[in-house]
Amino acid sequence: MTAILSTGRGPQESRLSRAGALIVMLVFTLYFLIPIWWLFIASTKSSSQFSNTAPLWFADFNLFENVGQLVAYRDGVYLKWMLNSVLYAGLGALLGTLFAAMCGYALAKYRFPGRDLIFNVVLGGVLVPATALALPLFLIFSQVGLTNTFWAVFLPSLVSPFGVYLTRIFAASSVPEELLEASRLDGAGEVRTFFTISVRLMFPALVTVFLFQFVAIWNNFFLPLIMLRDEALFPVTLGLYSWNSQVNQIPELRLYVLVGAFLSIIPLVITFLLLQRFWRSGLGAGAVK
Amino acid sequence: MSVNIETAEATSPRPSRRRTAARLPKAVVQHKRAIAFFIVPFAVLFALFYLVPIGYAVYQSLLVIERDGTFGQAREVFGGFAQYVQVFQNGPFWQSVGRVLLFGVVQVPVMLGLALLFALLLDSPLLRGKRFFRLAFFVPYAVPGVIAAIMWGFLYSPNLSPFTAITQNVNFLSADLVLWAIANVVTWVFVGYNMLIIYSSLLSIPTEIYEAARLDGAGQARIAWSIKIPLVMPAIVLTAIFSIIGTLQLLAEPQVFRSFSSAVSSTFTPNLTVYTTSSIPNVNLAAAFSVVLALATFVLSFGFLKFTQRKEGK
Repeated sequence: MTAILSTGRGPQESRLSRAGALIVMLVFTLYFLIPIWWLFIASTKSSSQFSNTAPLWFADFNLFENVGQLVAYRDGVYLKWMLNSVLYAGLGALLGTLFAAMCGYALAKYRFPGRDLIFNVVLGGVLVPATALALPLFLIFSQVGLTNTFWAVFLPSLVSPFGVYLTRIFAASSVPEELLEASRLDGAGEVRTFFTISVRLMFPALVTVFLFQFVAIWNNFFLPLIMLRDEALFPVTLGLYSWNSQVNQIPELRLYVLVGAFLSIIPLVITFLLLQRFWRSGLGAGAVK
Repeated sequence: MSVNIETAEATSPRPSRRRTAARLPKAVVQHKRAIAFFIVPFAVLFALFYLVPIGYAVYQSLLVIERDGTFGQAREVFGGFAQYVQVFQNGPFWQSVGRVLLFGVVQVPVMLGLALLFALLLDSPLLRGKRFFRLAFFVPYAVPGVIAAIMWGFLYSPNLSPFTAITQNVNFLSADLVLWAIANVVTWVFVGYNMLIIYSSLLSIPTEIYEAARLDGAGQARIAWSIKIPLVMPAIVLTAIFSIIGTLQLLAEPQVFRSFSSAVSSTFTPNLTVYTTSSIPNVNLAAAFSVVLALATFVLSFGFLKFTQRKEGK
């Protein structure tokens, strides 16, 4: 501590504080990555080797056999779950981002009565947790016969109040009025201007909103839990949860849960890696008002 | 802000006021169709899947089930605040509220403290390999709460864990520890996410600000404490509000832990209570729980926002 405080000599930081910083970060790297490493190792082992070999290192490399068994189990229901998750989260986030961006953009760039009211109501929506809506949504959907359908999970996922909040802030700061005026003088309509010019300027924010919404839908548990009975409609989270709660009766499921869990986090990790260079600037826009 | 508007209006001469009044409706007409095109899709969805459910939950919570005799036909009739009386007399529900409040009071500061520490280290010149650490710390955020809970459930299990030396001596799944075992799962998932929000906010501070401090002889710790932390306060407030919302909504992790630990009851958290009540089924009482919970979340996060804003204002 004193070493850090007494570095008034220049830009060179003391070795002690450098080492301290590095140690802190390395220790926590272990904390964050060991569970995932363990999951990876566990999914490469045959079930007989799972408990009697070193838990953090490879035994026979059985990953592909395990994946094959997992995929074949109950006519490939696992693949169906993954596909469902991709549909719910991918399509839901894409459309959700579009609707949120259009609304946020309109709130930032046009003056009309009720504008502040709409924004405040949406802002209130950010503070209303999605899980609090799940039960009333279930009651409504059961009235209109929509429970246990694809739409029961998909439709509510299209709403992203936080997306409106974020795109409004971002549109206000990154889409200059002059450009819109120039576009109007060139005779482009408002909608066309939005899709050809404004969307490009708002791109980092849109990636951020998409990722937020994608993760929120992918991770959503309560809504599918309460809405879906038919296994074929489950997202992967709910499917693995249902397997995990049957492990005591059907022990072979333990391996499938582990392998399935490992496979299920790969798409999200890839999405993050692909999109991370776009989205940090957008994240900052939301945090700094 | 409001003072400025009032004085501006008071000092502005009449004609100009009339002109603004005349200009407003004209601005409304401009691009009316485009505005509708932009707003309507979101507004309709928001109304259908946010406002209507909230209204419906309130409506349902005001009904009671009435039967003619013990086995007679059930009818829903208006019961006023009967369900809310039940909510307030429901011991397990309030115990679960107390449990998540205790959880939040400990977990949220620990998580945000760590997130802030990591963000400051990433932003300081003390550290190399920033890209690697940023990614490594963020990876758990890609793991859904359910999956993280399943994984940690195995890690905590006395026999399956890779750390049997620890888990055979300390039972993380016991009644005393399971709440903190869950807290660890939530922290593990969300620290990196909160770190990134704070870190992005740090990146947007112009670096010239630090130069003066360096010339005055301030070290990294001093710069962090006196310059960086005050400037990223809005980001920290944002992460705190999301964390408060998340804490009160705990469901997936405890629900998963029910298959690993008998210490997690069906009313362990408020949301579990809602779920359990709705599947009994007592839909009206569950709706009342939902309303109370949503209101509590709203009041708590809104209150926190106002509280921190006032503190900053002073």
